[in-house]
Amino acid sequence: MWSHLRTIWLVFLHAFRKRETILYPEVKPDIPPRWRGRIILSRDPDGGERCVACHLCAVACPVACIALQATEDEHGRRYPAFFRINFSRCIFCGFCEEACPTYAIQLTPDFEMGEYVRQNLVYEKEDLLISGPGKYPGYNYYKVAGLAIGGKEKGEAEDEAPPVDVKSLLP
Amino acid sequence: MNGTGSLVIIFGVLVAALVVAGGNIWLERRLLALWQDRYGPNRLGPFGLFQVFADMIKIITKEDWIPPFADRQVFVIAPGIIVVTVLCAYAVIPFAPGVEVSGLDIGILIFLAMSSLGVYSVALGGWSSDNKYALIGGLRAVAQMLGYEVYMGLSVMGVVMLAGSFHLREIVEAQENLWFCIPQCLGLVIFIIAGIAETRRLPFDLPEAESELVAGFHTEYSAMKFGMFFLGEYLGITLISAMIVTLFFGGWMGPWLPPLVWFILKTFFFIGFFILLRASLPRPRYDQLMAWGWKLMLPLALVNVLVTGGFLLAWG
Repeated sequence: MWSHLRTIWLVFLHAFRKRETILYPEVKPDIPPRWRGRIILSRDPDGGERCVACHLCAVACPVACIALQATEDEHGRRYPAFFRINFSRCIFCGFCEEACPTYAIQLTPDFEMGEYVRQNLVYEKEDLLISGPGKYPGYNYYKVAGLAIGGKEKGEAEDEAPPVDVKSLLP
Repeated sequence: MNGTGSLVIIFGVLVAALVVAGGNIWLERRLLALWQDRYGPNRLGPFGLFQVFADMIKIITKEDWIPPFADRQVFVIAPGIIVVTVLCAYAVIPFAPGVEVSGLDIGILIFLAMSSLGVYSVALGGWSSDNKYALIGGLRAVAQMLGYEVYMGLSVMGVVMLAGSFHLREIVEAQENLWFCIPQCLGLVIFIIAGIAETRRLPFDLPEAESELVAGFHTEYSAMKFGMFFLGEYLGITLISAMIVTLFFGGWMGPWLPPLVWFILKTFFFIGFFILLRASLPRPRYDQLMAWGWKLMLPLALVNVLVTGGFLLAWG
């Protein structure tokens, strides 16, 4: 019985406590930087698209909300002809970000994407591409990959030795 | 009191009771939120007050569905019973000198009778739903009412003995010098506990225990029929609070402010207390509830009657 009375009193004292609620539209919540929110496509430090249209994100996506088509530019560099994310399906699991080999697709702490028309939740590439490198400032996939594209032969990447000439017998 | 005056009072009491019952929903949500460190409804109008209207519009426009397996007539009548009986009980409450619907000499008995009749609503609602959870809820309500109504009646007998009348206005007038909460403090505690059980409020909301019975007796109810049960419940809270004030806290008596203001202030204090109980206490097990009622509260109420009677016999 005493514990009941004590409970009632302690609950009453909560009337003078600070309220925990964040009054959202007026006060923005403090969101951690690794929050899985709106998906973006980032660019490398030189301003080129990071995405190489490998389809790994689309395959990893459990709800199949990513659609893209690969194409190549005149240097032999792959990029997506279109890249489409249907955010009305997206569950913000972050698997696409984990699957991406070039850090191109990233999730951001933005979650305010409400729309009245469902079709407006389908984001095209121009909606997804941002101008900067996102979470990985210095990374440039083609600068570290051993792939030859126009303007960069094999062996010219960072920390890479020129390829061995297998036709030569000289040591 | 002339005819028009009492008509005005009747409608005044009716409107006031219904408005307070509606406002209680808002008050309860805000107070619960306050004690749980939240805000509650605070968007619509000042302090979220218009939430009441939004809730009303919503519940009236909801689909009013009667399950095909239900006993149709009883199912429809049941929610109305509780509202009617509780509103009838308001007739005997003296809100201020001259402000009462009918000054019956047996006011307390009418109050006890009407508040017990309210259980028919729950029992019939649970029965006619033809649903096992609703039936268990209805049965629990009946058993709980039987247990708690007995000592609720006994707990006010001390007050009746001290005042020497069943007339609620005379009871209030008998508290001119000393509120009955002091000589009848045991009776007060018993009456409050019985009152909570009577209105099926937490922690005695066994008939609708969500964690075991889905929603208890109103599992199958929707829209305004469901709303009627809740209207009855909130009217009941107000009624019990008003009765606590009338019987134990000197009704309209108090310095400086007008009598009606005092009555309203005291009533809202106890409504707030009911909500505080909801915020703080967990629901007991059903056998604990019944054992508590029959084995502890009933003997205590009898002792209270005995001691009060003895004192009155010796010194009264």
